[in-house]
Amino acid sequence: MSRFDWLSEYLARLEDDHVLVRSGSAERLAPAHLLELDAEDWGQAARVACTFGTRFVALWGDPAETQVRVYACLERERDYLVLSTEVSLAQPVLASLTPCYLGANRLERHLQDLAGIAFLDHPDNRRWTRHQAWPDGSFPLRTDFPSAGRSPRRAPADADYRFQRIQGNGVYEIPVGPVHAGIIEPGHFRFQAVGEEILSLEERLGYVHKGVEKIAVGRDPAGLARLAGRVSGDSTVAHAWAACIAMERAAGCEVPARALHLRALMCERERVANHLGDIGAICNDVAFSFAHVQCARLREQWQRRSRELFGHRLMMDAVCPGGVAQDLPPGAPEQLHADHLALRRAVNPLFDVIEDHPSLDDRLIDTGRLSAADARALGCTGYVGKASGQAFDVRRDNPYPPYDGLEVRVPVQDAGDVAARVRVRMEEVRESLDLMDRLLTPMPTGPIDTALPEPQANAVGLGFVDGWRGEILSFVRFGEGARIARFFPRDPSWMTWPALERLIHGNIVPDFPVCNKSVNASYSGQDL
Amino acid sequence: MFRILKQSLATGIITEAAPIPDDAELERLGIELRRRIGGRFGRSLAIRQVDAGSCNGCELEIHALNNPYYDVERFGVHFVASPRHADALLVTGPVSRHMETALRRTWRATPSPKLVIAAGTCACSGGEFGVSYASRGAVENVIPVDALIPGCPPTPLDLLTGLLGVLRGALPGEGARLTPQQRSPDP
Repeated sequence: MSRFDWLSEYLARLEDDHVLVRSGSAERLAPAHLLELDAEDWGQAARVACTFGTRFVALWGDPAETQVRVYACLERERDYLVLSTEVSLAQPVLASLTPCYLGANRLERHLQDLAGIAFLDHPDNRRWTRHQAWPDGSFPLRTDFPSAGRSPRRAPADADYRFQRIQGNGVYEIPVGPVHAGIIEPGHFRFQAVGEEILSLEERLGYVHKGVEKIAVGRDPAGLARLAGRVSGDSTVAHAWAACIAMERAAGCEVPARALHLRALMCERERVANHLGDIGAICNDVAFSFAHVQCARLREQWQRRSRELFGHRLMMDAVCPGGVAQDLPPGAPEQLHADHLALRRAVNPLFDVIEDHPSLDDRLIDTGRLSAADARALGCTGYVGKASGQAFDVRRDNPYPPYDGLEVRVPVQDAGDVAARVRVRMEEVRESLDLMDRLLTPMPTGPIDTALPEPQANAVGLGFVDGWRGEILSFVRFGEGARIARFFPRDPSWMTWPALERLIHGNIVPDFPVCNKSVNASYSGQDL
Repeated sequence: MFRILKQSLATGIITEAAPIPDDAELERLGIELRRRIGGRFGRSLAIRQVDAGSCNGCELEIHALNNPYYDVERFGVHFVASPRHADALLVTGPVSRHMETALRRTWRATPSPKLVIAAGTCACSGGEFGVSYASRGAVENVIPVDALIPGCPPTPLDLLTGLLGVLRGALPGEGARLTPQQRSPDP
């Protein structure tokens, strides 16, 4: 089947509906196809796209002095489509995509809070990212808003957020957070429960909003890569890589083959490290500490090798614009092959125990079930999507180099429960080990970086990377003098946080930690 | 069960010897002698970790302290679930403005005498995020800080060295007891 054979059909349908496509481009935001629309056609274009069964990927805005350019990214049959329109700040109103795409809900509210766009027919227009750090009616992403803010006063607690409540005999509320009981990121969970059963969970995030998008403005490419590497510290390689792809596409930069292999090696290492840690932690949450200790042991060995061969335990700042920061030391490929073999041997008996142990089966099977329909509607990717029948993986389905030359096997499960998410992660560990061996044989020779050509002002680029949590989108627009004018990273957690609210229905309160850990959405990556 | 026992026995004990920080090391860690609390915590330190805006990198390495290689509990350091049970707060991240009040409340909920340890470059100086409309930067801009453990993120060994240094700083002599005069005043 040829790529993008649904685009002409979609364009024909838009014409039937009198939706005017101002311009289209296959290059400007490659690999996505870009369509520019009038603001009044925004909702209709999305409704038509929705009937095509497209998956919602992301929505973001790029504010200028008098208008905001809004982008929505969709995907169908492995191809990305980006719709774009311009909204005047004199009347910043746009049709909401949330009635078609559930996954757009919080991203629209994020843009509402940060850029001041009102989304018509949004089912829930409460603020999302904004708490009390800046007042209603001022919008940090707008050009007239100073990065330092306007008030040095202490931000009070966000006490007046309207949580949804359930009333009835025996219904009670459990507020949790923002400071949680473990070594985890902050956020607030509001449970409505009867006895032990959870009737509903409402998340309130935004506590670690650090103004990433605003403080990116004015940075040089290296500075942006450093910042992107701290969008979510556990995904530092994946986010830095996605941002670098976006910058490299905007600037027209060909990254040397060796650098691409090194980036992929590190990204797979990151996946293995996080999956090992999480598989153990999930087992620990149901009191199976044996697996926790064993996984923690393997993860620690893995991180020590990352430091030895890649310069940092988490491989922070290892991906930089145009390539990677350092080459492998001599003898590293042999060492890595030996490590991969050793880890494969170490996880086999361990994963056998985890997959077949009565006390784990009892707690993990049927727990926290996310239906395929919900996963699809929310646009979940990564292990959350894959455990609920959503097979999309950027490495396989819209491959970026070096994955364009590699076959990636994607594990898919149907059960959608915690056990299925654990199985997907175990399979991904094994697949990553295979991939890393293949990335090393043969390892391309040559330089590990190249200078980033000076990008033109207003050059834009889009980067997609499959991180360990799933599909990451990164958008960059350059301003004058190779300085960043806009950066937007969309972590897959935007889709898996709402999934947690759904999969927790009907579970018992004591199972929340294990359900949460099995999803392990990023707070920092979502709060930005 | 046999599989589990076999795996555990085959793995054996992998815990490593503790690092011994020398004076220069303590100096580097920026431990303020002036702020040392002249008391003792019964040879143990109960820590409440607070992420005040971190990217989660520091949390991964703090987690690693509990893995079998470092096994931080053998030094009497344990992580507790409530600030009311804590001797020390281990704070990470630049303090986001949205976490500012929560961090202050957590600090107030911690019984005196208490230590505040800023872990990670962001917590020490604001790091990559600095001060902005959304971030207050370093932890000391929000609550008093007794010790700094820089690093992006600090490695488990950095954290361990820093924590041992804090314990030494906080334990000047056997049998010393905290008197009201020695207690650091609450600002």
